[in-house]
Amino acid sequence: MYITNNYEGMLAETISLTGHNNDEINAYFARPLNTKPVPGVVLIHHLPGWDEWYKETTRKFAHHGFASISPNLYFRDGHGEPDDIAAKVRAQGGVPDSQVIGDVTKAMQYIKNLPYSNGKVAVFGTCSGGRQAFLAGCTVKGFDAVIECWGGRVVMQKEELSDKQPVSPLDYTKDLTCPILGLFGAEDESPTPEQVHIHEEELKKHNKSYEFHMYESAGHGFFYYDKPVYRPEACQDGWEKIFDFLERKL
Amino acid sequence: MCTMIIEKTKVQGSGKGNKGWFKFSQANVSFDHPTHLHQDYSINIDFIEDHSKENKRIAIELTPKSAKDLIHTILKSLNKGEKMGLKI
Repeated sequence: MYITNNYEGMLAETISLTGHNNDEINAYFARPLNTKPVPGVVLIHHLPGWDEWYKETTRKFAHHGFASISPNLYFRDGHGEPDDIAAKVRAQGGVPDSQVIGDVTKAMQYIKNLPYSNGKVAVFGTCSGGRQAFLAGCTVKGFDAVIECWGGRVVMQKEELSDKQPVSPLDYTKDLTCPILGLFGAEDESPTPEQVHIHEEELKKHNKSYEFHMYESAGHGFFYYDKPVYRPEACQDGWEKIFDFLERKL
Repeated sequence: MCTMIIEKTKVQGSGKGNKGWFKFSQANVSFDHPTHLHQDYSINIDFIEDHSKENKRIAIELTPKSAKDLIHTILKSLNKGEKMGLKI
């Protein structure tokens, strides 16, 4: 809770990060300027790229008291305007899950090694990043919470699997090591409400701690304020649920 | 996400981007979220110079209906040209 006579400050900058396979990549990092130990958040950007929305959201988490980092998952694909790089990655069928998980793991370790870290880190992602956030929660040890926003293709058919995405994340559900918050739209086509139901049933089957919320009047990407998919009420409620969840879990 | 629907084809042409004219050699056609068009999904065509290190790209985002209309319009033009004896 911020009150008007609190000191408030933030550091936000691009940093170098040793990523998957010890590749040097860059990342956007933001943290509150205070001396108290803070929890952290790793943000996994969406398929449209390492864009302005993700940098704003990294700062949003810092504003709310988290040391936050968003690794540039497309660093290896060159530099230019985010949409141009994203188009290049899209044409290549995305980036391999193993590479994303490697980068995300290193980002988590970066946060945990900060002298002012309280040792707790969540992973957050939207769209393809939502899928990868769930995947990270299942396959990487050390996360304390997952926030999956409209992660499409968590439930994958055999014909959708590829060398880059060889396993349906759903198959890893039994390995999830931390609580998960899921935010979805009932009008979404990827994931469809049916796929969210399958996802939820699998979590239930394996006795996982989960909180799923389905917004009736929303589709895909309802946080994106500059897109027609934006739904102010769902967005406001979604952010409240995210910060409430993080306060309880970190 | 993100349907991941993408089809690629070799093409021969030129286009004008923010750095002027360039020759492109490939068209990537996806049916996925647009960057700029206010639609959930669109037909996105990227004309690119294959193997270019500069990421040169002409990007087009069309509503699915517009994409179909455009296909018919291109075919109409080609038919008219063929009738006039133009080589295709």
